[in-house]
Amino acid sequence: MASELNVRYVARLARLDLTETEADRFQSQLTSVLGYIATLDRLDVAGLEPTVHAEETPTLCRPDQPGSSFSADQALANAPASANHLFLTPRVVE
Amino acid sequence: MLTSLTVHALRQQLRAGDITPRDAVLAVAEAARTRDRTLGGYLPLTDSQIEEALRLADQADVSRPLGGVPIAIKDAIAVAGDRCTCASRILEGYVSPYDATAIARLRAAGAIPLGRTNMDEFAMGSSNENSAFFPARNPHDPDRTPGGSSGGSATVVAAHSAFAALGSDTGGSIRQPASFTGIVGLKPSYGRISRHGLVAFASSLEGIGPMTKSVADAALLLQAMAGHDPLDSTSLNAPVPDYLAGLEDGVRGLKIGLPREYFIDGIDPGVRAAIDTAVTRLADAGAEIVDISLPHTEFAVAVYYIVATAEASSNLARFDGIRYGHRAERPSDLNDLYSRSRAEGFGAEVKRRIILGTYVLSSGYYDAYYVKAQKVRTLIRRDFTNAFASVDLIASPVTPTTAWKLGSFSDNPLQTYLADIFTIAANLAGICGISIPCGQSNGLPVGLQLMAPPLAEPTLLRAARAAEIACP
Repeated sequence: MASELNVRYVARLARLDLTETEADRFQSQLTSVLGYIATLDRLDVAGLEPTVHAEETPTLCRPDQPGSSFSADQALANAPASANHLFLTPRVVE
Repeated sequence: MLTSLTVHALRQQLRAGDITPRDAVLAVAEAARTRDRTLGGYLPLTDSQIEEALRLADQADVSRPLGGVPIAIKDAIAVAGDRCTCASRILEGYVSPYDATAIARLRAAGAIPLGRTNMDEFAMGSSNENSAFFPARNPHDPDRTPGGSSGGSATVVAAHSAFAALGSDTGGSIRQPASFTGIVGLKPSYGRISRHGLVAFASSLEGIGPMTKSVADAALLLQAMAGHDPLDSTSLNAPVPDYLAGLEDGVRGLKIGLPREYFIDGIDPGVRAAIDTAVTRLADAGAEIVDISLPHTEFAVAVYYIVATAEASSNLARFDGIRYGHRAERPSDLNDLYSRSRAEGFGAEVKRRIILGTYVLSSGYYDAYYVKAQKVRTLIRRDFTNAFASVDLIASPVTPTTAWKLGSFSDNPLQTYLADIFTIAANLAGICGISIPCGQSNGLPVGLQLMAPPLAEPTLLRAARAAEIACP
């Protein structure tokens, strides 16, 4: 399976620009990591339940009651670009 | 030197009125700006951070459990009004709008958060060399790593530039640096301490824990932070016992298992000898030592690097240059903004893990990698459940070697991943574990790891205290 990894394609899925040098280096490094991960192929996992979490507790729900939360100013305090109590992004609708 | 005190000893002096909380804060600030300069345990301490700590010191109530005690905080844990960068360029300048629950509870116990400790970027690494700023160095030999990812916390505690620190442990990031620097590092059971306000890397694996100069200090800090938190639905809703009460009860009557898969060829002979001596002394102190097996140990690293990277790729999707963090200039469109902001903000290891995690979650590979890893995780958990049916604790080395030279694995991530072999399984299983100093190999500290079932911290700490007495 390891040979199927295409770092440039996956980086696009992850919205991560890579330089040519990075892409080549990660391709070789991650191919070797995936080669190691292939040791899992020695195990027969048929019939096993996946563990999705470290503890087996049911999903908890809190009461649907409004509580306190950040003010708009607090929420926007770390924004790289904001105006009129809004986060600014490049235009997404023409 | 005031900062060489344990938290317990500091409290005594504070309560006796021999010193004031202000003295304690100033001593840490002085150490951070002198001794730590060449060790890089702290991200540079600012005047405003010191002023804020002095303000808290002047109001401190020393009768409280941690009243007036400064505690260094890993740069992944939010302290309201303080910066929080995860040692990443992408969060440079970020200021936390709220306290992590662990911090709020430390404050309620009277503690003073002081200093942001260096770390591997987003807690991804085992050597602190993945810090975007500079590596922390091992006080025992500055050419060597203090370990990681909580390497800065280990450095400041071991060098006595702090009384105690908080770290976080996703695959060994508290225990391994504690081992490399000769201090105590406690990874509590999954969910024992709220993760609210710990910047998320791998949510199903990680947690906050204390890094201290003594087992009693670790118990004291755990006491202050443990408990259910409505803001973290995975925090355990279980009673919090008195972690200090049984600390001196010794190991008589406890059964300690030695997993044969953790005593393998390839362990540094000096590490092996130190562990063997520690185990013999625990036996002399009354523990019953038995051989056990954790048969799926060899698969833990592979499972971890699927599960942890999958969760990381999802958690780190939030860093997109919009709501906080670095933003690329003059984007041509939204995708360009995302892709370039992330490219400019993240370091190499973070990028590698995002790519690996995205790949194992991608259509066509999800079952072959991610679901398969989760199934093998079931086998690893089962190994521990079976083992703990017959023993109270498991003992092992924390790492196969002592601290390595900085730069040893710079172009070989797989080699550093493999060094996590003895710590990773505890995170996959959600159990608690601790590293206690147990001697040296070639002048470098060795850590004994003890592991116990979920929520068995009282037993774990009691045995760790016995080991601390047995390995002076």
